[in-house]
Amino acid sequence: MLKDITFGQYFDSKSVIHRADPRVKIVLLVAVIVFIFLAQNYWGLLLSALFVLFSMIITKIPVKMYLKNLKAVLPILIFTAVINAFYGEGEVLFSIFGKLNVTTGGLSHAGFMASRIMLLIIISATLTYTTTPNDLTDAIESLFSPLKFLGLKTAVHTIAMMMTIALRFIPTLVEEAEKIMNAQKARGADLESGNFKEKIKALIPILIPLLFSSVRRAAELADAMECRCYNSGEGKTRMKQLRLHFRDLVITIFTLCFGAGIILLNIFL
Amino acid sequence: MSNIIEIKNVTYNYVEDEVEYTAVNNVSLNIEKGSFTVILGHNGSGKSTLAKMLNGLNRPSSGDILVDGINTRDEENEFLIKKKVGMVFQNPDNQLVASIVEEDVAFGPENLGLEPKVIRQRVDEALKAVGMYEFRNSTPHHLSGGQKQRIAIAGIIALEPECIVLDEPTAMLDPKGRAEIINTILRLNKEKGITVVLITHYMEEAEKADRVLVMNDGEFIADGTPKEIFKNVKMLKSVGLDVPQTTELLYALNQNGMAVPTDVLSIEETADAIMHYLEEN
Repeated sequence: MLKDITFGQYFDSKSVIHRADPRVKIVLLVAVIVFIFLAQNYWGLLLSALFVLFSMIITKIPVKMYLKNLKAVLPILIFTAVINAFYGEGEVLFSIFGKLNVTTGGLSHAGFMASRIMLLIIISATLTYTTTPNDLTDAIESLFSPLKFLGLKTAVHTIAMMMTIALRFIPTLVEEAEKIMNAQKARGADLESGNFKEKIKALIPILIPLLFSSVRRAAELADAMECRCYNSGEGKTRMKQLRLHFRDLVITIFTLCFGAGIILLNIFL
Repeated sequence: MSNIIEIKNVTYNYVEDEVEYTAVNNVSLNIEKGSFTVILGHNGSGKSTLAKMLNGLNRPSSGDILVDGINTRDEENEFLIKKKVGMVFQNPDNQLVASIVEEDVAFGPENLGLEPKVIRQRVDEALKAVGMYEFRNSTPHHLSGGQKQRIAIAGIIALEPECIVLDEPTAMLDPKGRAEIINTILRLNKEKGITVVLITHYMEEAEKADRVLVMNDGEFIADGTPKEIFKNVKMLKSVGLDVPQTTELLYALNQNGMAVPTDVLSIEETADAIMHYLEEN
């Protein structure tokens, strides 16, 4: 279960998207999400799907990786689809408890919503797969840099640093959690059976050691960072400078065309 | 030769549960530039506490530590001292900051505010020095313990320190990883002339050192070349250290009336010594 978490994992397949400016990628991702939400009809959804599919192809990342990501949110997808199936108009197909009607309109709506969520998840994954966590945080730091004029200079840097460290330690802590789980199982801990309350209770002997070790790790990391002259970002430079290239312009224009397409489809269909 | 680190009558006390303990007790030591010094000691001997004082991470309760003539109490030169004396810790996982190898190595030079081009050059050089250049775009999470520890060392080398202090860098590694680290350290010392202070409880790692110190209860109880130290099997055992198997064998043979020399270290030398003895008798 824990191994399915692929969020924040960079996949180096050396595509043009990998080389694009992370700031542009973040801004465009937000734009694409808005465009997908703007799509009102199936034609718009189809155009979004084509756009997402095209993005998947140019990132050169195996489809398997995207599917893994979808698998993790499958419960949410199913939940949304089921709930939406009951909200709709049109011919009643069947009803539950006499009051909850599943209609053709509801089913079509459910399909629409589920597809939209899938597209959103895949397009978000393209960002984390093609951008190193450090690039991401650099980009966020850079995008928020106007806040520095409001006297929040260290705050912006601190948040970026926190994100870098959090992303760096996700796999480490997942591994540690698995180790602790195995150790507790070896001592007879039962993590799988029982009702919800019992399952939550069974997690306590895992969370406490995990918390302790995280605090210890944090203290050691602080020492190590101090040894490497870390000074809260004071006078810090970057090895990799963020620079806009021609390809960023191309990607931006392409995305804007997609947005225009969605709007046109909304107006004319 | 001049000294990179001078430890002058240093004591370190700490309080736990309202009881005061002394971790390091009135210790003095000079570390020569370019030397390879090993500090041996079992857990709780005060060796890690001493290590953390060498670059000002901890400050002595009394006494002074001078790094290239600068007192570690001097807060204004805090970063200068840390740049001169780099430190590598036991757990490689808890030393890496970034999720990409080269970005992690760049962390130190970035903090120094160097030009991007200079950082790039230092990162490449540091990764080559530890033999991890081809992994520069990998994720540390997917590498072995020995490889991660070499990246941690590269992260320090990129600061271009004059001295590296390694606090039990091999304690969490398998035998292969341990050999990788020891070979890397030796190469840095011999080829780049970086002063090395290695703190460990594995005696085999002290074999190639210029000087070995044994620490027990916060004090140095022995100081000499590896051969001089290892001869004294009884003393080493009394402070809870395991002597190398070859030394142990020669010691046992001597105890039982075979007059073989006890100051050889490598397996080959030991075999030769025994053969030589057998031929003569």
